[in-house]
Amino acid sequence: MSAIAIERPRERATSVRRGIGRGALFLLVLATLWGMWEGYRALWIHEHWTWPFVVDNTTMPHLHDIVHALFRPARFQGPLLISVLLKAAAFTAKEAAIGFAMGAAAGFALGVVLAHFRVLQRGFLPYVVASQTVPILVVAPMVVIYLGSKGVPGWFSVSVIAAYLTFFPVTINTIRGMQSADRRALELMRSYAAGRWRILWKLRFPAALPFIFAALKVSATASIVGAVIGELPSSIQDGLGGQILNYSQYYTTQPTGLWATNVIAALLGISFFLAVLIAEKIVVRRAPENLV
Amino acid sequence: MSVVRIEGVSKRFGNVTALEDIDVSIAEGEFVSLIGPSGCGKSTLLRIIGDLIQPTDGNIVVNGKPARKARIDRDYGIVFQDPVLYDWRTVAKNVALPLEMARWSRQKRAARVREMLELVELTGFEDHRPWQLSGGMQQRVSIARALSFDPALLLMDEPFGALDEMTRERLNMEVLRIWEQSGSTIVFVTHSIAEAVFLSTRVVVMSARPGRITSVIPIDLPQPRTASTREEPRFFELVTQVREALHLGSDLDRTAPAPETQEATA
Repeated sequence: MSAIAIERPRERATSVRRGIGRGALFLLVLATLWGMWEGYRALWIHEHWTWPFVVDNTTMPHLHDIVHALFRPARFQGPLLISVLLKAAAFTAKEAAIGFAMGAAAGFALGVVLAHFRVLQRGFLPYVVASQTVPILVVAPMVVIYLGSKGVPGWFSVSVIAAYLTFFPVTINTIRGMQSADRRALELMRSYAAGRWRILWKLRFPAALPFIFAALKVSATASIVGAVIGELPSSIQDGLGGQILNYSQYYTTQPTGLWATNVIAALLGISFFLAVLIAEKIVVRRAPENLV
Repeated sequence: MSVVRIEGVSKRFGNVTALEDIDVSIAEGEFVSLIGPSGCGKSTLLRIIGDLIQPTDGNIVVNGKPARKARIDRDYGIVFQDPVLYDWRTVAKNVALPLEMARWSRQKRAARVREMLELVELTGFEDHRPWQLSGGMQQRVSIARALSFDPALLLMDEPFGALDEMTRERLNMEVLRIWEQSGSTIVFVTHSIAEAVFLSTRVVVMSARPGRITSVIPIDLPQPRTASTREEPRFFELVTQVREALHLGSDLDRTAPAPETQEATA
């Protein structure tokens, strides 16, 4: 009947082409970064420049040496470094994932409460902000020692520390998101005689989702950082934090070990980020212009 | 029985008097338009009827009950200038929203949604997202949503103000058809004179600062209205009558003394 503006489902051929394009872009950027690293290294060594630091095999090993180190035994006749690091990464991932889940849940709950009660928001928000200005290295040993004295396993203390770094962005964005609901949409709910609780679940929460996911993306990577840092004072050897501590002792003689550990930690962070991104794509259905 | 009875309603926002001493009674099955310049409080009056704003003075009876009770009983549906559809819901789920609020069963909801989408001629768009539809289609979804729970009263706040003239005229016809089929009472806010005359059984003309009713004009055009109604001489006479009433109101507005002086002389 009328002229209709309907977005056609993207044709298969175009989406495949887009996928190839993205893959090519990724490889191009990777190659460029590689080239910049190696180029910087070669130039500084060749010119004997010492500013900002002296470049040699310790401060900037060849990238192919780092990759190569991953596929050599970590110890004499031991398993390959990559399998050692992946095991450590899996351990840290468990701590971080549990911390992330706890932090996101607590952050969301706190955000909902603060969004609903302005008085609480005024009173509590400064302390929520202050909690993030305290260095995590100060908090971490306290948490480990306190929870350890209650018989809680060490890895769970690490999860708590990861949660501590996770909750803050979620709280802030939940507050913002909950208050983003359209004024008339609220009037509409009132016209249906909807109570606070139903307005929360049917309107405010869905309206807040893009904001919450924006925070979860930040928190996902922060939870890895929290877990790695949490492992340091809790003398946990099984995770990436333990490996970082270990390889930093050998840094002057074998720098590739620490660099390789960094690469694996970064990959773990990226995979957490991607997991949140995929969840967002599935959950958040918004007009393209309304996405945060 | 009157569906809406407004007695001596005033609304002040701080020092500004938005509405002053409004009296209107709207009978069952009527189609009443509120028309006036911007700032005359017509949208405010509509929201007072819907208990979305409380009046400073006066009394509102909707469906024989106080406005608050009528809202809680879900006696009216409301349509805004923007469709206010929820992005995260499909068209069908948007129409079903008030039914969910009223705790209808899933099967009853599905059946009613099908019926409502048929009424606004959007069958086949159940699973589309709101942003995939044109502006006119979105507004039809919002009308379907407002009517889905079969309210006795439909409040419409400039529902077609953001649409182009052609879409607006087509939706005018649709609203009339829906009004005839559903038998509900409609209160319609607009600032289009032609739209008010074409649709209504009565036009309430308001003036601004303070918002007041300056005249009530019965529209005696024959029912049902058709496209040719807009070409009848009587239609033009009534349009002229409403226009003159509007201008009279705005002239009064211009010559009216400032509120402070008014208080001093009172």
